[in-house]
Amino acid sequence: MVQILIHILLLVIIPPLFLGIINKTKACFAGRKGMPVLQPYYDLAKLFRKKSVISRTTGWVFQAGPVVTVSCLLFAGLMIPFYRINPSLSFYGDLILFAYLLGLARFFTTAAALETGSSFEGMGSAREVTFACLAEPGMFLGFLALARLTGTLSLSGILTGVSLGAGTLLAPVLLVAAGLFIILLAENCRIPVDDPNTHLELTMIHEVMVLDHSGPMLGLIQYGAALKYFILGSVLVDILLPDSNQFFLIELGLFLGAMGLLSIMTGIVESVMARLPMRRVPNLLVAACLLCGVGFLLIGR
Amino acid sequence: MQTYLNTFLALVLLLNLLALGTSRLPTVIRLVTLQGGLIGLLPLLIHSPWRPESVVLAIATLLTKGILIPSILIKALREVQIRREIEPLIGILPSMLLGALGTGLALLFASLLPLIPGQANSLLVPASLATVLTGCIFLTSRMKAVSQVVGYLILENGIFIFGLLMLEAMPFMVEMGLLLDLVVCIFVSGIILNHIKDTFDSLDTRLLTALKEDTSWPQK
Repeated sequence: MVQILIHILLLVIIPPLFLGIINKTKACFAGRKGMPVLQPYYDLAKLFRKKSVISRTTGWVFQAGPVVTVSCLLFAGLMIPFYRINPSLSFYGDLILFAYLLGLARFFTTAAALETGSSFEGMGSAREVTFACLAEPGMFLGFLALARLTGTLSLSGILTGVSLGAGTLLAPVLLVAAGLFIILLAENCRIPVDDPNTHLELTMIHEVMVLDHSGPMLGLIQYGAALKYFILGSVLVDILLPDSNQFFLIELGLFLGAMGLLSIMTGIVESVMARLPMRRVPNLLVAACLLCGVGFLLIGR
Repeated sequence: MQTYLNTFLALVLLLNLLALGTSRLPTVIRLVTLQGGLIGLLPLLIHSPWRPESVVLAIATLLTKGILIPSILIKALREVQIRREIEPLIGILPSMLLGALGTGLALLFASLLPLIPGQANSLLVPASLATVLTGCIFLTSRMKAVSQVVGYLILENGIFIFGLLMLEAMPFMVEMGLLLDLVVCIFVSGIILNHIKDTFDSLDTRLLTALKEDTSWPQK
């Protein structure tokens, strides 16, 4: 019971912190002082106090978009263990539900963007789903490889079962982790796929889809982005952290530390790389699929 | 040991795919350098009580593949002033898919081979086959001379990995001789690159078919 409570609290409260860490890392690389690490929380608080302006051309889908997205992501997050903190929800085959909850969240984001009737947002939606077509098989292949490795089909079994240093199977886990990292960057609209800071309509993907949202709805969208990063990041962290049987607090610290490191790494990737030209993005995503696929082959051998 | 060995070989496989997936020549050269460095460490991982042969081989490989050859290639690249493989015969994406397919086939094939029990679990054979296949894809699908040299290097890396299987059986001199050959070969290719560039104003090796014995050889 206590564990479930801690799991839910972590899932609900902590995600924006890591966006703050990414921003701080990028600021450090650029030689700026940067905004405080807690700035995403302040932004959310500010946005939730505001009023929404809703275009008269939109219908209920537009307003449902952010709500459904965030609830899907929260639901998906319930199935992910945070290192040794067991998930609140776990059953046989929940990884399929997990992947499709992410898909449903994406569907409602793009539907809400199309609802506004703006051509730019339509472009953003088209790009988002195009790249998702390539990112999703990669994620499935990665999960498939890990499921084969652990012999279970529930996310909690897979993610708590895999850890680095597990005998001879270090190699494929590394490959899968590399693939999942690329997918993490792509799914969260980070460089090299999309730039979360860009405001040039022709090149935006995620940001362009949410242009018409304001106030609490924009807040929900930003919270959803933080949530998605946290969920997919903890999948990666669960895989990469070594096995341990420490005290609860040490394990919690390890998890948060690893998430922080992952965020710093994301920040470094964003600082040292330019984003890819749009036509090259499929190459990157196919590479992620191939990495996961080769990992699967190595395990299945 | 086996775990570390397999991890290294998985990294080698990863580098294969990355090399196939990038069109920037300096990046490709850097990836192949890294691969050469990783491969140079392999003799130390295979034979756990280090023997003088393995240590010398590791050092020599690290020096040649990690430092000497890349510096020759980078220098040649700077002189001919090209940075990208513009028009590979097989596109970047298909060649990556081919590489992955090759890796899969290598894994499949290696599992069918009657290897000695000690080697059955290791990735040495599949990794070497996959690397050789990657080298072949490079050699056949990339048209710039620099890419072909890189393809040759990758091919040689694959053969080197295979040679590690029989480090005990194969005379040490053969391995060292191979390394020397490799250096000379890359050195000569560096010079040839310059000449191709001088003659054709391009590094496209398809133009080489136009070469014939001719008195009007450009006198530069």
